[in-house]
Amino acid sequence: MTNPRTFQIQEISAHPGPVPGQGTQRAVQVCKYIDVTTCIGCKACEVACVEWNDHPFRETTFDDTYQTMPSTEWNYWNLIKFAEDERDGNLMWLMRKDQCMHCEDPGCLRACPADGAIIKYENGIVDFQQDNCIGCGYCISGCPFDIPKFNEKTKKVYKCTLCSDRVGQGLEPACIKACPTGCLHFGTKEEMVQIAGLRAKQLQEHSGFASAGVYDPPSIGGTHVIYVLHDINNPERYGLPKAPVIPPSYTYWKWLAKPTGLAMAVLGVAAVFFHRVFYGPKLPQPEGPESRTGPSEEIEAGRKETP
Amino acid sequence: MSVTAKGFDEKARGKFGRVGTTRVGRGELLRHPVYTRFLHWSVAIFFILSLLTGFAIYSPWLYLWITPLFGGGPRTRLLHPWFGLLFEVFFLLQFVNWFAPMAWTHTDSKFIRRLKEYATNNDNVEAEDTGFFNGGQKLYFWAIAISGLLFLITGILMWFDNVIPRWVVAISYIVHDVAALVMLGGFIIHIYEGTAHQPGTFRSMVDGTVTEKWAWTHHPAWYRAVTGRDPRASYEREKRRQADREQAIEEWEREQDRRDQTS
Repeated sequence: MTNPRTFQIQEISAHPGPVPGQGTQRAVQVCKYIDVTTCIGCKACEVACVEWNDHPFRETTFDDTYQTMPSTEWNYWNLIKFAEDERDGNLMWLMRKDQCMHCEDPGCLRACPADGAIIKYENGIVDFQQDNCIGCGYCISGCPFDIPKFNEKTKKVYKCTLCSDRVGQGLEPACIKACPTGCLHFGTKEEMVQIAGLRAKQLQEHSGFASAGVYDPPSIGGTHVIYVLHDINNPERYGLPKAPVIPPSYTYWKWLAKPTGLAMAVLGVAAVFFHRVFYGPKLPQPEGPESRTGPSEEIEAGRKETP
Repeated sequence: MSVTAKGFDEKARGKFGRVGTTRVGRGELLRHPVYTRFLHWSVAIFFILSLLTGFAIYSPWLYLWITPLFGGGPRTRLLHPWFGLLFEVFFLLQFVNWFAPMAWTHTDSKFIRRLKEYATNNDNVEAEDTGFFNGGQKLYFWAIAISGLLFLITGILMWFDNVIPRWVVAISYIVHDVAALVMLGGFIIHIYEGTAHQPGTFRSMVDGTVTEKWAWTHHPAWYRAVTGRDPRASYEREKRRQADREQAIEEWEREQDRRDQTS
């Protein structure tokens, strides 16, 4: 999806051996910071995403909300989620821009069995390489945020690239550029965490949101898309998991149990080989030249075995 | 086993028996008729294809080795479930075919308890009551039956993993792997026992026959059932025959030596 010269690759899915070029260049960690408290739900970011990525228009499903569609799709990577909540007995409308979180420890990449189908760059962007994708869909179950989406026609999986093509040219992602309220920011992870922290503090001290805070879940090593939420104690209100996790199938099982199983299979082959060398064959008894007695017959093979 | 399944199995045996025949020579016994052999090799082919395509996806260390054999990663992914499904179909037929002789008995428990003696070749003749299949073969059969069921359930869940809940897929992933490893372990032993470890066994799945000597050695109760003779007695008789023959040959040699000296 992006010019490989632009970024250094940090991790490659299902890649045995070292990653070429890892750590050979200085790279800053990038981050998108979304302040949900100033989002007005205008959907300019949705449009910018569709435009920049040249996505075709798609049919939407109307589900009695202001949401464009129920969830992100293979060709709709950016979606404002509208949740109706309550505050002091009044309606509180929670609007959250949903897209790939670009996890520091990406579940999709852990789950992927295809060499080079998912790549994580040194700057933190997690990118799908559809050329190498085999369409197995494991990344979908590896993702704690329900982001990768399968395209039935191409049999490949797609998701937000954090505009790696734009970032590689020194530009901000398309959604950032489109935001009219300034609730979207883009910069280094360090900077974004700092200003998000300041904003949370401001909300706590001046706006009466005592539990406002920054969503940067440590259970997956943090994310390269962070939120400031009104209530950091209940991220579920915004449809975000409190402690997102990668299923152990793609972590411990994949990196420990699977190679162990493979090693055992190799040992099994070696074991039977050396069993023959050590113990020899089991010959029909008594050993010695065959003496054939009795009549020769040609029988119909449909006869049943006698158990 | 239901009556319909049994009826179908009988019919299939009959049909296949009319197409192919098995030549049973002197001192040989029919072991596997044409239909059984057809099923066995169909299961084997699709098992190996499923194993290869599956192990390509199983491990990054095998991915680049094996996927080129099937035309690349996407095609390997595309073929694997279909190979698996065909394996399931043929195994189902074989399950029906072998259900009766695969019933677990007291003898088989005894076999498993004496596995060490079996594996170290200490028992060179099987226990008198070992029938058509021994405990090890039955264990492998039932391991495949259970694994096959697990493969089918978890396989379908993973086939449509873009709509199945993620934790269901994640659990299926492990179950599918465990079933595959169990089957691979059995498969390695199965091939070894059927070829290098026990000469005279491989032909039973190719030509369909075995020697009587093989039968009374490895499956005495089955030998008794098909020939009506006592396996132990046959074994002793063969031993005497061999001793007599050796003696006769020695006498003949001595006779030749005498003749050479006098001439």
